[in-house]
Amino acid sequence: MSALETNTGGKARSTRLLILVPAFNEEGAVGGVVRAVHQAMPDVPVLVVDDCSQDATVTVARGAGAEVLALPHHLGLGGCVQAGYKLAFELGYEYVIRVDGDGQHDARDIPKMFEALRGSGCEMVIGSRYVNGDGTNTSLLRAAGIRFFRAVLRPILGKPVRDPTSGFVGVNRSALEVFSRSFPLEYPEIEALVVLQRRRFRFVEVPCRMLPRRTGRSSITPMKSIYYIVHVLLGVFVNVLKYERRIPKESRRA
Amino acid sequence: MDRLLNAMTVLSVLLIVLVLVSVRRARIRVEYSVSWLIGAVVLLVLSRTRWLLHFIADAVGVVTFPPLALFLLVGCVFLVIFYRFSMIISQLKDDNIALAQRVAILEYHIQSLKDQAAV
Repeated sequence: MSALETNTGGKARSTRLLILVPAFNEEGAVGGVVRAVHQAMPDVPVLVVDDCSQDATVTVARGAGAEVLALPHHLGLGGCVQAGYKLAFELGYEYVIRVDGDGQHDARDIPKMFEALRGSGCEMVIGSRYVNGDGTNTSLLRAAGIRFFRAVLRPILGKPVRDPTSGFVGVNRSALEVFSRSFPLEYPEIEALVVLQRRRFRFVEVPCRMLPRRTGRSSITPMKSIYYIVHVLLGVFVNVLKYERRIPKESRRA
Repeated sequence: MDRLLNAMTVLSVLLIVLVLVSVRRARIRVEYSVSWLIGAVVLLVLSRTRWLLHFIADAVGVVTFPPLALFLLVGCVFLVIFYRFSMIISQLKDDNIALAQRVAILEYHIQSLKDQAAV
């Protein structure tokens, strides 16, 4: 029996937490991420979802003590994260917190995220670098994109979101069920917010630190940024159009 | 205009032959060859039926140059084909992602069972 299945059987239902780490060619960082998570949450299992890396990501992740879900071919971030959500849902986990495999998310913030997830009654918790912090370690281009999407999402969500592109996200079982069935595939963070809001789910932002990348460098270029903005805008509006019923204003204010 | 229509006839015949050969060699499935064959036959019929071409040209308001009506119509047929194929490709991509995820999850479960049996 795997560590994930043992954990779901042995723990009280309310504390079943899984840390999900999507990774693609992150052999230099993923080991450190897994160890940092184990240090912050000693009894919580870590599942690395390997998006068919060409390097030793799988070996390094297993060596660091993580369970590994290895995809047979490259699916991109959304498909990779959704595979983890599907497995977590099948194994009966109540909560899943996603931490990126490049080491930019500080594992010491996970207990705070978990507390917010359990205590707030919200279906989703976003680790935000802007709630109390100043968004350090954010490029100018990304900061501009975040400001733009804040403005776009404000009327759709009915409440402000400070860090809509954050991948440091926790979900409870209700959101897990939705995401295991339907999850945006290419640039999931912003669209996922709309998917949840259309189902009257709520989210809360928790202040978190953002660290510099441990290895490698970001693949974002100006051309990719333009493609990203167009793609995400289209995805947001498609999700808005998909909505069957109008949300009453009272439930938006939550 | 005659040379242009003759060229369109040759093009449509070549397209029909190419699609049929591809189907015979199993490079295109029969269900996906139908759209191409319909497009090629429309092109062939219009390039060989002068009165029909003039009728359509009159209807769409390009009487001064009837082959334009042919291009418009064939363009529309091919737009429909591309749209249909975009839907098919999207569905295939969704299926492919779901299958890859399912394979990974099943492999994970198999490995877990093997580990359990080994203990």
